[in-house]
Amino acid sequence: MEFLQFFISGLSLGSIYAIIALGYTMVYGIAKMLNFAHGDVIMVGGYLLFTISTTMGLPVWIGITGAVVGCTALGVVIERFAYRPLRGATSLAVLITAIGVSYLLQNLALLIFGAAPKSFTSIVTMPAMTFANGALTVTGESIVTIAICIVIMIVLTLFVNKTKPGRAMHAVSEDRGAAQLMGVNVNGTIALTFAIGSALAAIAGALLCSAYPTLTPYTGAMPGIKTFVAAVFGGIGSIPGAMVGGLLLGLIESLSKAYISSEMADAIVFLVLIVVLVVKPTGIFGKKISEKV
Amino acid sequence: MFKKILSVLMVVAMVACLFAACGGNEDAGKSDATTFQIGAIGPTTGDAAIYGQAVMNAAQLAVDEINAAGGINGVKLEFKAADDEHNAEKSVNAYNDLKDWGMQILLGTVTSTPCIAVVEEAYNDNMFMLTPSGSAVDCIRYDNAFRVCFSDPNQGIASADYIASQKLGTKVAVIYNSSDPYSSGIYEKFMAEAAVKGLNVVAQGAFTADTKTDFTVQLQQAKTAGADLLFLPIYYQEASLILAQADKMGYDPAVFGVDGMDGILTLENFDTKLAEDVMLLTPFAADAQDKLTQDFVNSYKAKYNEVPNQFAADAYDGIYIIKAAIEKSGATPDMSTEELCNALKGAMTQITVDGVTGLGMTWTADGEPNKAPKGMKIQNGAYVAM
Repeated sequence: MEFLQFFISGLSLGSIYAIIALGYTMVYGIAKMLNFAHGDVIMVGGYLLFTISTTMGLPVWIGITGAVVGCTALGVVIERFAYRPLRGATSLAVLITAIGVSYLLQNLALLIFGAAPKSFTSIVTMPAMTFANGALTVTGESIVTIAICIVIMIVLTLFVNKTKPGRAMHAVSEDRGAAQLMGVNVNGTIALTFAIGSALAAIAGALLCSAYPTLTPYTGAMPGIKTFVAAVFGGIGSIPGAMVGGLLLGLIESLSKAYISSEMADAIVFLVLIVVLVVKPTGIFGKKISEKV
Repeated sequence: MFKKILSVLMVVAMVACLFAACGGNEDAGKSDATTFQIGAIGPTTGDAAIYGQAVMNAAQLAVDEINAAGGINGVKLEFKAADDEHNAEKSVNAYNDLKDWGMQILLGTVTSTPCIAVVEEAYNDNMFMLTPSGSAVDCIRYDNAFRVCFSDPNQGIASADYIASQKLGTKVAVIYNSSDPYSSGIYEKFMAEAAVKGLNVVAQGAFTADTKTDFTVQLQQAKTAGADLLFLPIYYQEASLILAQADKMGYDPAVFGVDGMDGILTLENFDTKLAEDVMLLTPFAADAQDKLTQDFVNSYKAKYNEVPNQFAADAYDGIYIIKAAIEKSGATPDMSTEELCNALKGAMTQITVDGVTGLGMTWTADGEPNKAPKGMKIQNGAYVAM
């Protein structure tokens, strides 16, 4: 029963990681860049929701809509002004720009909202469920997080495989030059990717801050790094890979805390990452793409 | 063209800044012969901002009171606060900035980790240093440094004694931050004393600075082990998360904290019902009825519109302790930093101070205070003496 409890808390942590990792992996798969600012977009989403729902006292659904719209706009603006001018530049230049954007967002939040932590009111009103005479408790946040994670994965997979913009993403991902020659709007497709990734970040922000109710300008930084690991773990660029990577990461973290050492949890997570990459350098679901001559 | 104009403007601005800095130094050099210049370092922004702000507010209040009453032997005090964001490197930078300003006495630093870094610098300069709330052992490892608050070992030992003597719990669980010297210092002494007093510690969960959001596993272990008392030698930010997560799990043990728990009631948007019945050991109680405490609480409230916490009380006492030491030693502001330090540290072991954090406080040569802690409990969103 105790194992089940740890398993569920790992699953719920992993679901949040998975939603964040989806944003990383989509952007990498299509724009071939690591968007290190992704974690900080989550933080912005958290603050938008906090401002609208707690400070201004508006209903939660307006807060969530506001956070999603705000983050989507932010993602598109970042892409337009920070990344698009560097489309032809070396990948190192783009990476450094992304780190710059990340610090810019953190420090702007510090300036606007101050550094004092804010206690977040959970958006989930569902009560916790108890089983087996209270030995097993599943919080409302866990259930909602896991459910939203599954819905997002199904919708995203259908979108990428079945719709025209989704197929354009596939095309841009495989060969940007050829896609452009075939009439695919490459810039538009990449902007759409950023929009979707950032909207997911807003949802992840709302769930992250509900499960762990504290908000600071650095809230997104550590989950950002960990989910980047999750995306690489699952095979960066692969949507099911990000899901599996995120869930595995959450489970490993939770179970190693429970059964090995609560201090060593992070060390174990990264050790597993190294082992996976040594055995399978492209990650669990990663495809090895051979260069065509 | 625009870029050129912009770059010329930037150069002008930078040069102007350089000259402005020079000017500031000259002013500071002249003024230190007529006033005692007290610098204070603490986190006025960042994770631990509540502590730093409380310390700066209360220290300013005490300085204003002393100046309004005519200063120390007719010599006025000047006070300047610097922010370190609870970061060791920034704290050392703040220390150097204050030295440039002309600091002769340091009230600080507020939190342990930066304090351990700054005490090295202060020792090298032979600067007298009194930390209001730096509780780690190493904060005052040199003879120029003293403190107002209890040390970590003292807090750990006192907590274990208090829990045992009041029979607050039969099975105790501890959750602590192993990456923070403050938290792990208290934890170690608590465990040693708990063994002596026969407390039954059934679960110990550690976390680090990188894993300080998810405590469900540690809480589950405590719950499974049947712990009816949760000892949290950590800061209020993590404590607020632990209380929220325990509540969601339907786990409701008695909670016992240390001085880092102070501040939880002022966390923005925090549901204070979660902190109901949380106990903590602290030397200061804002609702105490003695005149000293009431005067301090009322003037603090009038000036800053909030009830002072324990850090404010430590800092308020800190300024008056410095005053007592200056009076005892007959120090004058034209002494060099080193002469002043030697005079003050000699006086520290001879003075007895009645403050808001304890009556008849005395100090040993290694910098530790002697005073008695009080047990406090949070009821209806306010601290009440137990």
